[in-house]
Formats: sequence, C-alpha cells, structure tokens
Amino acid sequence: MTYTWLYAVAPAGPDASPWQVLPEGVADEHPGTVEAADLLAVVGPVPDADFDTDALQRHLGDPQWLERAVRAHHRVVSATVGRALPVRFGTVYRDEDRVRALLTAHADEIRTALAGIADRTEWGVKAYLDRARSDGETDGAGEAGDGPGRPSDDRPGTAYLLRRRTARDRAERALADAAGQARQVHLALSDLADRSTEHPPQPAEATGVRDPMLLNGAYLVHRAREAEFARAVAGLRERHGPALRVELTGPWPPYSFAGLPTGGDAG
Amino acid sequence: MTTGDLAPELRQHDVALVDLLDRVLAGGVVIAGEITLSIADVDLVRISLRALIASVSTLAADGVGRVTGEGAAP
Repeated sequence: MTYTWLYAVAPAGPDASPWQVLPEGVADEHPGTVEAADLLAVVGPVPDADFDTDALQRHLGDPQWLERAVRAHHRVVSATVGRALPVRFGTVYRDEDRVRALLTAHADEIRTALAGIADRTEWGVKAYLDRARSDGETDGAGEAGDGPGRPSDDRPGTAYLLRRRTARDRAERALADAAGQARQVHLALSDLADRSTEHPPQPAEATGVRDPMLLNGAYLVHRAREAEFARAVAGLRERHGPALRVELTGPWPPYSFAGLPTGGDAG
Repeated sequence: MTTGDLAPELRQHDVALVDLLDRVLAGGVVIAGEITLSIADVDLVRISLRALIASVSTLAADGVGRVTGEGAAP
C-alpha cells in the first residue's frame, strides 16, 4: 500500500501537467499531479510502512535518510518553481482522493497564497562578521604571551590586562558595528523585495564558519526586479565589506513565504 | 551572483544542506496532512546538526573532496 506525499500546489493550466518530467521523489518514486478545484497538486506515491507517523518520526533521527529525503523534496519542488507553492516537508495523505478533497476545501486560501508568490523567487542573504578582516591590527599580541614578560614594562601585569581589555573592547565594537551594518543590509534588501523574513542565524557547528552570522535573511523578489536585487547585494557587499561578509544564495522556491492567509488550520 | 552563472543542475547539486534545512524543514505551506511530520516537537537545530555532520562524514567517506571545480579555468 502507498500513501501520498505532497510536494507543491500550483494553479491548473491548460496542460494536464505543465512539467514534462519531474525528478524522482523522497521514496525514489516518480511524482505526478492530481487536479481539483482548478488547482494542481504535485504528489508522489510512497510506501506506507516507511511513511506513517511513527516511521517518519523515526527517520527524522536518521541524518542520512533525512538529507536524502530533504534533497529529493527540494528537487521536486524546484522543478515547479515560479508557479507553485512549496508544501512543508513531511505532509502525507492516505491517498490521492484525500488530496483532491484538501484542494477543494482550501481552494480560496491556496489561490490567495499562490497569487502572492507568482513570478517571484526567494533569495537568501547571509552576513557574517569577518573577524580576520574587521580587526587587522595585532589583536593576538596579548595571547601570544610576549606581553607579560617584557622587561621594559614597569608594571607588566597591568599593561597586559589593559591590552587585553582594549582588544576585547575592540572586538565588541567590531561586532556591534557589523550587527548594525547587517540591519542596514536587511532593510535595504527588504525595500526591494515584496516580502522579507529572517531565519535564525545558523550556528557555527552547522556552517563550519567560525565568524558569527549576523543576518540569515530571505527575500521574495519579483522576476522583474531580480537584476536590481543582485546589483543591490553587490553594492551592499562593497559598502560594508570587508568587515561584513555578505553571501547570496538562490534563487529558491518561495519556501519562506508560503503561508496560507488564514492561520486557522495551521498546525 | 556567486551561483547565478552556474548551470541549473550544478546549482542544484551545490545547495548547502544547512540553507536547505532552514527552508525545507521550517518553510513551505503548512497544510494539515493526515500524517504530518511534527518537526515542531523536535529540536530543529539538533536535527539539522546531525544531518549536517552526517553529510560531512559521508562526503569524506566517498572521497568527494576532489570535486573542487574552482580554479580550473579553461
């Protein structure tokens, strides 16, 4: 027996399926489409034993499974980018009829949400304090151990502590300055975007980058403004560098902007 | 800009798992499924970290470290 995994929802067009070939899905299945209420759901049959609530919850604890499935979900969603609303990872129905019922029941909210993302893509902008470049002065002198032992110092201990404090103050100031610059980057890009939001900063263990992340923004940008947005990112990178390192990712399907207008049934 | 001039399939492969987890696990429209993964109950950061660490070790085990692609200008 199979369940039905939901990837994305799009407006129904004249074609039965606007996508010639969809990539393989979370269970290596071939996704297809289901239509109801002038809406098209991108779905894939998945084995029930592997995708019931318990199994799904168990798979969450298996990083290899999770990465594979997350990448597969993303591949299918990406194939529909530009016209479809991505669905939260892990939304499963008993069969396709239930999906049709869902489309019919929520048609109005889905259509409103679709109108908000049509012809738009999401761009990610992350900003880090680039420690190596923000305080290029001899910051590590105190830690190198040559400070306390300097014979010419009258009170080597005091001088050492002062140096340490100065270094710490400078680091704190650099962080505060960069955080302020990151705010400016976010505000400037938000102005060019239809909508913007922020994800929590990614922890250093996750990124492998030791520099603190000060912005993990997402921006929904209309196709007509993509070039302008890219230019703005380049300009901001120039203006706030090298202390603030600005990275652009995308285009993404509008994952971060795929909320239904009524919060009533969320959850 | 950094990804814009790559072929789509390359770009696809290139997506950092950490950015993907931000979006795929926490984003997307929430529709009440009959079977729904309740990620909200679980610590998302810990899940992400486990997945990321696993992906790094998988890469190392496969010896994919050679796929640099950079600096190899024609």
